[in-house]
Amino acid sequence: MQDGITRRQALAAGGLAALGLMRVAEAEAAGIAPKRGGLLQSVITPEPPILILGVNQQAPTLEVGSKIYQGLLEFSETLEPKPLLAKSWEISADKTRYTFHLQPGVLWHDGEKFTADDVIFSIMQFNMTLAPRARAVFASIKSATAPDPMTVVLTLAQPFEPFLLMFDVTATPMMPKHIYDGTDYRTNPHNQTPIGTGPFQLDHWQRGSFIRLKRFEKYWKPGQPYLDGIVYRVIPDSQSRALALQTGQIALTSGNDIEPFDIPRFRAMPTLAIETKGWEMFSPLAWLELNNRVKPLDDVRVRQAISHAIDRKFIAERLWFGTAKPATSPIASTTRYHDPAAHLQDYDPKKAMALLDEAGLKPGAGGVRFTLRHLELPYGEVWTRLSEYIRAALGKIGIALTMESTDPGGWASRMSNWNYDTTINYLYQFGDPTLGVERSYVSSNIKKVVFTNTEGYSNPEVDALFAKARVAPDTASRRKDFYAVQKLLIEQVPVVWLIELTFPTIHKKTLHDVITLGTGVQGCFDDVFLA
Amino acid sequence: MSSSPDLAANVPAPSASLQAGLARSLLGLALRGAARLAKMLAVLLAIAIVNFLLIHLAPGDPATVLAGQSGAADPQFIAQLRHSFGLDRPLLVQLWLYLRHIAMLDLGTSYTQDRPVLGLILDRLPATLLLTGAAFAFALIAGIALGALAARRAGKATDTAVTILALAFYATPIFWVGLMLVLVFSVWLGWLPSFGMETVGAGYRGLDHWLDVGRYLILPALTLGLFYMAVYARLTRAAMVEVAGQDFIRTARAKGLTEGRILRRHILRNALLPVVTFAGIQAGQLIGGSVLVEAVFAWPGIGQLAFNALLARDYPVLLGVFLCTAAMVVVFNLATDLLYRLIDPRMAP
Repeated sequence: MQDGITRRQALAAGGLAALGLMRVAEAEAAGIAPKRGGLLQSVITPEPPILILGVNQQAPTLEVGSKIYQGLLEFSETLEPKPLLAKSWEISADKTRYTFHLQPGVLWHDGEKFTADDVIFSIMQFNMTLAPRARAVFASIKSATAPDPMTVVLTLAQPFEPFLLMFDVTATPMMPKHIYDGTDYRTNPHNQTPIGTGPFQLDHWQRGSFIRLKRFEKYWKPGQPYLDGIVYRVIPDSQSRALALQTGQIALTSGNDIEPFDIPRFRAMPTLAIETKGWEMFSPLAWLELNNRVKPLDDVRVRQAISHAIDRKFIAERLWFGTAKPATSPIASTTRYHDPAAHLQDYDPKKAMALLDEAGLKPGAGGVRFTLRHLELPYGEVWTRLSEYIRAALGKIGIALTMESTDPGGWASRMSNWNYDTTINYLYQFGDPTLGVERSYVSSNIKKVVFTNTEGYSNPEVDALFAKARVAPDTASRRKDFYAVQKLLIEQVPVVWLIELTFPTIHKKTLHDVITLGTGVQGCFDDVFLA
Repeated sequence: MSSSPDLAANVPAPSASLQAGLARSLLGLALRGAARLAKMLAVLLAIAIVNFLLIHLAPGDPATVLAGQSGAADPQFIAQLRHSFGLDRPLLVQLWLYLRHIAMLDLGTSYTQDRPVLGLILDRLPATLLLTGAAFAFALIAGIALGALAARRAGKATDTAVTILALAFYATPIFWVGLMLVLVFSVWLGWLPSFGMETVGAGYRGLDHWLDVGRYLILPALTLGLFYMAVYARLTRAAMVEVAGQDFIRTARAKGLTEGRILRRHILRNALLPVVTFAGIQAGQLIGGSVLVEAVFAWPGIGQLAFNALLARDYPVLLGVFLCTAAMVVVFNLATDLLYRLIDPRMAP
């Protein structure tokens, strides 16, 4: 056992927590003052292999790593940039020069000073080498200079309106140059002991059991963070996690920790709060992916028919128990440039069958018009249930699905090889259509790699609109292009959009300020407190 | 009865020939030992090769998994990963390198965790051995005791009760038993913790620490042990009832031995062979047999390590765990054979 809070202290904290519970309503009305102290018990699923952001970008790595590392900026729930390691910034009139003024007095966990050199190294080398997302955007940086140790100037070859969104910790974490420069980033021995500028540093990692972070005493915001530390327990079984939350052993769950079908019972618990905010930056959009190369899915009428056959409201309410919203567009409602007037094909099985008849696909023996393979998404039970619903819904209009199941490795491999007819997929949108939507529909991104345009949809008009919006410097003209492309895509149905996912964050009501950002639990938590 | 004829014949012979005979039998023993060792190594080598090939047969590789889980990828990213994992080389070259490394006891480095596999396994081994060892001991002791009790009262109410209990645990799925135990002892009664291996942040030391771990150990060890307990109870009971009806037991009774002595020395000892056989099999599974229980109780053992490695296609970790498990089975088979001879000297070759 390690040092830390004694059992008595833990009990005392529990007592205080119970007290806090009683006065939460009145205190919240009065606005609770942040209180220093307390250990936050949370859970992480699955256990991240490593905590170095950039080297690994999986969701659990981001959730823990975002407490250790920071970006230049962070983003509000409406995706407005807020200062973090950059205390201010300016953009030149021609939208190609970005000047960041760094927060003074920031230290790395090993005591070294954070300077402009670290920023330039992180952008131009570390993330450029390791992170595909960063590489795609930062390749257009013409020059990166540091006029003084607290200022960074980035000059772009052409305007790129969503540029600032790239400076969240989840996209471009700031990494210590003095540790990584000139080494192989993936195998650097320091990868076992992460060094960041964040409010928490790694205290102890008992693999397979827990990751414990402790307060970084020399954190640059005076008096913060409020929490003494955070413990992320590793609990592989979803029912065991639900039990831990129910019995109060865990104060915070997020992402896929709790299966949607368990949500109603937690809604009924007065001590817990359930939030669905905090996913605006990612806005995961789930769809039924159709391999456009496979007949008869190459016929737009067939794709439209499938879209008409699915009751999205049923999926959101009966499978996700209200934690998801029916999709209305390829651009999620929380992503910039979503067209509020957009709406997908209505649920109308009769119309679906009429469309299939029109396409010459008449029902054969047993009412079956044609058969397709369906590859289930191996990310938990709710996705299997979704596949079962889709099989039933398509069965009603005469499309038979043969279910195929696999593991994450097999799924990714088959997607990469376009070896599927239909499957479920969901992608983050990263706040802006150019960053997170374009990649799924433009023909230049038809690649044998997962999360590209794997469905093989190709339309020069769509390509042109995305290309124009990518470099347009002003929001008005980008909006026009994105509204046009939404209309076009909805009519063309390259994939059948289903729901906007908002993974519920469930926490004890004694835990405050959990979700204050558009990145939710992937924020740095320096203002979270127990009271 | 136990001395062999040629040893008896050797007794009156001159001392030179005695030494030669002894040397010969020692040599024979060494040869048999060497042959046995060579056989074990050959089995391990075959297992290593089959494991390696099977793992690479599955569609998908660690690079695609990592790409799939990081939410964005490009061909350069995947090529980079494949190269750094050495997956861009021909499969046979990879196999050759792998075998050469394990011959030097180097199990490689984890793709995702960037740490030596041997260290990862050794980190997790104690937790798993504690869990499976406790379950093993519990199953063996409780199973034999219950079986002996039932055999002694064969046909009476106690026997029926034990038999029904054993049948129930034998037939119930292990995860269901686990969930029910948690429901009763953690949720309703609140006596025992439902997951983990220790109170995180409690800072216990020495005895307090072990008592703390002990509380966490009870439910998973019971869950894992109950099935085997049922098996041992049934095996012991059946064997003891059979042995008890044999002539030499009647002779022992006629000699005037006490019932307790007959039970311990004559019945139980003879009835233990099937139990030992089965215990040998269970012991071989000490490392690999607890994946499910480890998942339900969030026990930080090797089962979880293997499961996560499987999902991430972390080949070196997976192969390492497989190899350790295989080695364990081979070693326990040997131990079982030796134990047979101890219990029943007639088994000696």
